[in-house]
Amino acid sequence: MSADIPKIRIRGLCKEFGAKQVLDGVDLDVASGTSLVVIGGSGSGKSVLLRCILGLIEPDAGTIEIDGQDILSQPREAQGKTRARIGMLFQNGALFDSLPVWENICFGLLAQRKLLRGQARDAAGDFLAQVGLAPSVGDLLPNELSGGMQKRVALARAIAARPEIMFFDEPTTGLDPIMGAVIDGLIVDCVKRLGSTAIAITHDMVSARRIGDMAAMLFQGKIVWRGPATALMESGHPMVDQFIHGRRDGPIQMELRR
Amino acid sequence: MILDAVASVGRGSIGVCRVAGSIALFAATGVFHIFHPPFYGRMFLRALVEIAFFSLPVVALTAIFTGMVLALQSFTGFSRFSAESAVANVVVLSVTRELGPVLAGLMVAGRVGAAMAAEIGTMRVTDQIDALTTLSTNPMKYLVAPRLLAGTIALPLLVVVADILGVLGGFIVATLKLGFNPATYLKNTLDFVQTDDVVSGLVKAAVFGFIITLMGCYQGYRSSGGAEGVGAATTASVVAASILILAFDYILTEMFFAR
Repeated sequence: MSADIPKIRIRGLCKEFGAKQVLDGVDLDVASGTSLVVIGGSGSGKSVLLRCILGLIEPDAGTIEIDGQDILSQPREAQGKTRARIGMLFQNGALFDSLPVWENICFGLLAQRKLLRGQARDAAGDFLAQVGLAPSVGDLLPNELSGGMQKRVALARAIAARPEIMFFDEPTTGLDPIMGAVIDGLIVDCVKRLGSTAIAITHDMVSARRIGDMAAMLFQGKIVWRGPATALMESGHPMVDQFIHGRRDGPIQMELRR
Repeated sequence: MILDAVASVGRGSIGVCRVAGSIALFAATGVFHIFHPPFYGRMFLRALVEIAFFSLPVVALTAIFTGMVLALQSFTGFSRFSAESAVANVVVLSVTRELGPVLAGLMVAGRVGAAMAAEIGTMRVTDQIDALTTLSTNPMKYLVAPRLLAGTIALPLLVVVADILGVLGGFIVATLKLGFNPATYLKNTLDFVQTDDVVSGLVKAAVFGFIITLMGCYQGYRSSGGAEGVGAATTASVVAASILILAFDYILTEMFFAR
């Protein structure tokens, strides 16, 4: 793949729900092998952006290119193959309640016939080790795990198919600071080890600086700032400054009444 | 004023058509996936056991008590014009043609339809259905198609049991309480019942099984809004399945027996 073609290129992405314009012409490039952190307030369209790329929501307009191929114009089968290269860590883990941990982790591999059920249990043990959990956890059900363990299992599931692209939706939400740091560390390790391209969305500024190479801010459906994640604190952009310092007064006015 | 009323009726009609179309499309997609690989045999077997095996006690109890009540009521009614000997005929005909499939359907709708809507609805609001998609698995194929097939197969099996136990209930009351001769009662039952009576009941059961699982899956799949949304989906699945069972019971009876 040519070095000047970004791994993910989004142009003019729009999505509205009823009268609310959630994405309003989003343009975004993510270079291969880099991690982009998207920050923004609640309801700013961060999750919708990821869901549009994953094909869970159909955008109203715009293009989404992966390795230079516009996936929205591809036939359904080709879209499925492209999206099979993406791993996703959902905000609440989204582990399947009725399946044991080992089957959750290897679900995608079993679905793609890359593993037999007999092999999957052993393979799950390896993936659990990669996220710092004992192989015995594989026999438990998701509701027997703590929040932090569920996040780790969800991460193990996301990396199991060795995805080229990984998405993280608020990976540290609901975790204590220490567990948040552990999850961030695991995410960085996994992304580097697999050489994946990653997009993470978060409200957590500490997490954003730990995970991201680059950062972008989404406000009212538009990217209003982007730059290196290390420059977040000194961006000089009034919206970014207000957001990262959590100031009530500034250019961002929260909708308290709808 | 009149225009407002007409507009309101129009909006309501469009809403009903939209929901009916949405359910029809959902059903067609589900049926399509029953016949197109990959097939999820484990999910099918799990649903079959859940619907057929675990519903057996409730269906069996319903059938046996219904048969008993039917024998008692028809005896007291028919005795007014000295037609007590028709009790066996009424019991077997009512149970095989109507009460077996309808009561089994309503019981399973309350037990299984609600559970399906709750399970799939919870998966929807906790992103598990989206997670399936991201793991290269079509949720319609994995969650819906096996349940539709299992429901269509399981309910006729339950109705066979309901038919036998319903007739047995009538037999027990007729022989132990009403003084019928056991051999005569059984002879009357077997002489009177025809293959069409049983088969029509089993066909109805298959349709009801499809309706129950369809409404459970549809309402769960379309649920939103957290716990409240899942609760609403559960209620809607039972209400819709019950009404559709009664409506299709009439339609199928008209098809089978109207001369």
